[in-house]
Amino acid sequence: MKKSIVQAKVYKVQQLNATVRSMEVIAPELAAEGVPGQFVNVRAVKGNTTLLRRPLGIADVCVPRGSIILIYRVIGEGTKVLADLKPGDYLDIVGPLGRGFELESAKPLIVGGGLGLAPLLMLAKFGFGNGRADLVIGGRCAEEITCWEGLFRGNVQQTFITSDDGSVGEKGTVMAALEKLLQKDYDCVYTCGPVPMMRAVAAACEKAGKKCQVSLEKYMACGLGACLSCACENAEGKRVKVCQDGPVFWSWEVKEW
Amino acid sequence: MVNLYDGRLAVNLCGVEWATPVTTGSGTFGFGLEFKDFLDLHKVGAITVKGTSLLPNPGNKGQRAVETPAGMLNSIGLENPGSEYFLQNTLPLLQQYDTPVIVNIYGHSVEEYAAVAKKLDVDGVDMVEINISCPNVKEGGLVFGTDPVAAAQVVRAVKEATSKPVITKLSPNVTDIVGMALAVEDAGTDAISMINTLVGTKIDIETQKPVLGNVVGGLSGPCIRPVAVRMVYQVAQRVHVPIIGMGGIMNWQDAIEFILAGASGVAVGTANFVQPDIAERIAEGMLAYMDRKGIKNISEIVGAAWKD
Repeated sequence: MKKSIVQAKVYKVQQLNATVRSMEVIAPELAAEGVPGQFVNVRAVKGNTTLLRRPLGIADVCVPRGSIILIYRVIGEGTKVLADLKPGDYLDIVGPLGRGFELESAKPLIVGGGLGLAPLLMLAKFGFGNGRADLVIGGRCAEEITCWEGLFRGNVQQTFITSDDGSVGEKGTVMAALEKLLQKDYDCVYTCGPVPMMRAVAAACEKAGKKCQVSLEKYMACGLGACLSCACENAEGKRVKVCQDGPVFWSWEVKEW
Repeated sequence: MVNLYDGRLAVNLCGVEWATPVTTGSGTFGFGLEFKDFLDLHKVGAITVKGTSLLPNPGNKGQRAVETPAGMLNSIGLENPGSEYFLQNTLPLLQQYDTPVIVNIYGHSVEEYAAVAKKLDVDGVDMVEINISCPNVKEGGLVFGTDPVAAAQVVRAVKEATSKPVITKLSPNVTDIVGMALAVEDAGTDAISMINTLVGTKIDIETQKPVLGNVVGGLSGPCIRPVAVRMVYQVAQRVHVPIIGMGGIMNWQDAIEFILAGASGVAVGTANFVQPDIAERIAEGMLAYMDRKGIKNISEIVGAAWKD
């Protein structure tokens, strides 16, 4: 798929919870080319003080409108600039980048936490047709989780929720729900979220004899395979780039989480 | 491709024709092919590829890059697949383009610099750039870049080992940049590229530890540009070999500034990460500037800032 630099017009912005926002931008090239698990690199800068682009997973696409949806948490200077954009403003985007999810699964299970749920939304919606996957959402509390539950509604079959404080769903991490689910007939688990979560999911899958794909995040400057900021060694001792060979890997490929 | 833009941006550097004065900073453009979706590689003056060593090098561990105000620190540690891989896999792909190829080389000893230069003395490689200034490797690298005697030894050894024009890339991490430039010129370098990154460190105040696994990294981006322009301005008045100027070039205006300071060619580095088509856009911007100023060929204004 061809990569491009797009001046994307902001179509809609939405506050999803206290710190998480979504932004729909018109970018027909990216909507047509992007596949689940890929990311884009956005230029959320004012002047040259913040210099580098910010990588964001593609959370959803609307093909008729030629738009993509990005979901992000406002944490630093770059994301504050993003949050200031209003409908009609333009955002400079490079993409689509990286290798997405492998979609050969008869019975997929999606496991996500935090912002890791963003690329999984596109996977649930378009990865398997008719929203065939089941979903596990983990988070700290109901306030954090509710918006995600809404976004996935209609795009998955069954949803299982876990929260650290027990305010919604089962109390505990995603592992609280996963132990039992892995005894069912899922043939592939797709996970994205905090590293400790993904490691635990990958280990449990290995134990249960299930295939597992993980979407990694590593500091990157270019997202194009040039700067080698995100290069690391895989389990076979080969050098790989998270931005180009990933961000999605089979769990058995990963050595440096 | 010298007829590109009616030849108005064409420069001849050490006998090699570049269609524009714009090349890419080593380590910021991969092996070039990573950028082919974004720009026409024929419209890049020369492609300078990632620092290549005799044998593969996995580079540094831990976090390798971090953004800093108006710049970034990197401590990649010269990760590269080695000279054999380059010759077998990368060079044949680059040969599809007429664009001159500059291979940046480094070694851990004078002998190793010479060995890699000799190995890469093949068709398809147009120029060799000696990296004596990488702050991210323990041996070699910066050791040679801060000592004029050691730098001269490397240049002489590489000159003997290759038939290609040799560019020596200078480190800004020295007290006397003119002294370094004169030393490598005296040793026979055909051109000088400058500047490499400035050494820096960033500490995370929450973990209270350095952010980069290697602790120190090379600072690049617009924050270093005034330092680079000053050094080019000083060196250009003292040496006779051409200079390829670099350090925080983000747009055509910055590129023109380096040329006025005395650079015959320029390299875009960190800007490739931010704007992957920048090398081509800079050439177009230069052309519009030349129209406005009535400049027929870009070489007319090399060093205009200090020439009478």
